[in-house]
Amino acid sequence: MTGKRLWSWLAVVLGGLYFLLPLVGMFDFSLRMQRDGYSFEAYRIVLTDAQFQQTFGYSVGLALLTIVLGILIVVPTAYFVRLRFPGLRPIVEFITLLPLVIPPIVIVFGYIRIYNTSSILPLTGSWWGTNILLLFGYATLSLPYMYRSVDTGLRTIDIASLTEAAQSLGAGWSRILAIVILPNVFVSVLSGAFLTFAIVIGEYVFAALLNVNSFGPYMVWMGGNRAYEPSALAVVAFIITWACMGLIQLFTRFSKFSTVRR
Amino acid sequence: MTTSAASLPAVLRPRQVLNWFGVAPFFLFATLFLILPTLNIVIGAFRNAEGQATLENLGKLFSPSIRAAFWISIELSLLTAVLGCLFGFFIAAAITLGDLPRLLRNAILTFSGVASNFAGVPLAFAFIATLGRLGFVTLLLRHWFGINLYGSGFNIVSFLGLALTYLYFQIPLMVLIITPALEGLRREWREAAESLGASGFQYWRMVALPVLWPSLLGTLALLFANAFGAVATAIALTGSSLSIAPIVLFAQIRGDVLNDPHLGYAIAFAMIVLTAIANGIYILLRMRAERWVK
Repeated sequence: MTGKRLWSWLAVVLGGLYFLLPLVGMFDFSLRMQRDGYSFEAYRIVLTDAQFQQTFGYSVGLALLTIVLGILIVVPTAYFVRLRFPGLRPIVEFITLLPLVIPPIVIVFGYIRIYNTSSILPLTGSWWGTNILLLFGYATLSLPYMYRSVDTGLRTIDIASLTEAAQSLGAGWSRILAIVILPNVFVSVLSGAFLTFAIVIGEYVFAALLNVNSFGPYMVWMGGNRAYEPSALAVVAFIITWACMGLIQLFTRFSKFSTVRR
Repeated sequence: MTTSAASLPAVLRPRQVLNWFGVAPFFLFATLFLILPTLNIVIGAFRNAEGQATLENLGKLFSPSIRAAFWISIELSLLTAVLGCLFGFFIAAAITLGDLPRLLRNAILTFSGVASNFAGVPLAFAFIATLGRLGFVTLLLRHWFGINLYGSGFNIVSFLGLALTYLYFQIPLMVLIITPALEGLRREWREAAESLGASGFQYWRMVALPVLWPSLLGTLALLFANAFGAVATAIALTGSSLSIAPIVLFAQIRGDVLNDPHLGYAIAFAMIVLTAIANGIYILLRMRAERWVK
């Protein structure tokens, strides 16, 4: 038994070294901007940089819109598929998994070919069009995570009874979805939402190829032109990822206590 | 499947027609932003500039530079998938079977959730800050142990550096996927094997691994696809000095390279085929694995 424990500790310690050293290195490097010792100078420069504020604000806004769009698309679909079209289920599940199969760079390549300025729907030609395209692109990327978390949430509630109860009280479809179904799967929706946020906030390939100046391209530009600021940005990005995953854990744990087990 | 066939007439009833409006936005969205763009690429790969059907584009994939790029990509994805599976398995085995404190197990699983999503540009920065020319570990090795990492030929902007960086999201993904499978190994199986006189090695070779192998191979395929599609990490780490397939495609789309959109289509098509095969293997083996691990 002691041998087994020893090996386990060894695996964990070696793994811990590999995973913690880059984090330590990144943090250490971000503090070394001034020669005479550790300081938060790199953070000060990054956080007060107008470019940072603008691109970061843009990406946060876009991430929030992506979440709203994702909810609007996924919740009704998952609900109707469960309630009325069980036969469609394999098809819908297959489609929602496609963004994991097709590399994102290929999807955005398709966008550029289909929605370029000489096409029927020239989205890339205007500022608004490009932003809409990027928004829908991010909704596509988040589809697998969003759909799976919402569908898992729907599994735990009795949507048929809830729907009948709401209908007998005279509620229409939009009302049922907004007031009855959504609150019941809210925790699942949130975990999909935080994952979406973590993915969208630093996304690079879509934004760069659609020529949108969001946080991802800003980080890459910084990486090519500055020494210490990129590490500060990496620390910020890591904290955001950590916060999103932490909130997911928190909410799922919370939901375990609040929903009745079947 | 039988239920959908039986309820087919019901689909045409007026109420059911109304229900279609509930799923129509999804299909419209998926068609416009997922299926049509992909189809456009696939069809484009088989057409020339005049719109005639051709295999010429795919033939260009075998030009030395493109073939080399795909080869490096495949090697990189395969290497990080195999090592990711191996190390991920050790860590998952340690936290599930190794009598470690429960708190540590939960902490590692949470961290794996974070690390598997900490890919892209920031991850590349973290590795440059750690193993770059002035990185934390580089300096540490020089000052404490007198080892000159860069003198020995190491460079973070290289195949090895990229592989080391990719492992940072590959290993945690393996841990996340394989931990439930390891937890599904029932204690009774081990006890039964031991009561029949099996050694620890024999138990693993004849009971545990045969049950686990679909999960292991499936995850290997998933990790391969995961590494193959990663572009941002590679671009942020190497600029475009290392020609892997996605970076070549990126440059092609940007128009940095000789402008031949149809070669771009062909590269994109080949990437879809490779990741689709890998994911197909994953899904098939996953279904197999679920027979045992409940």
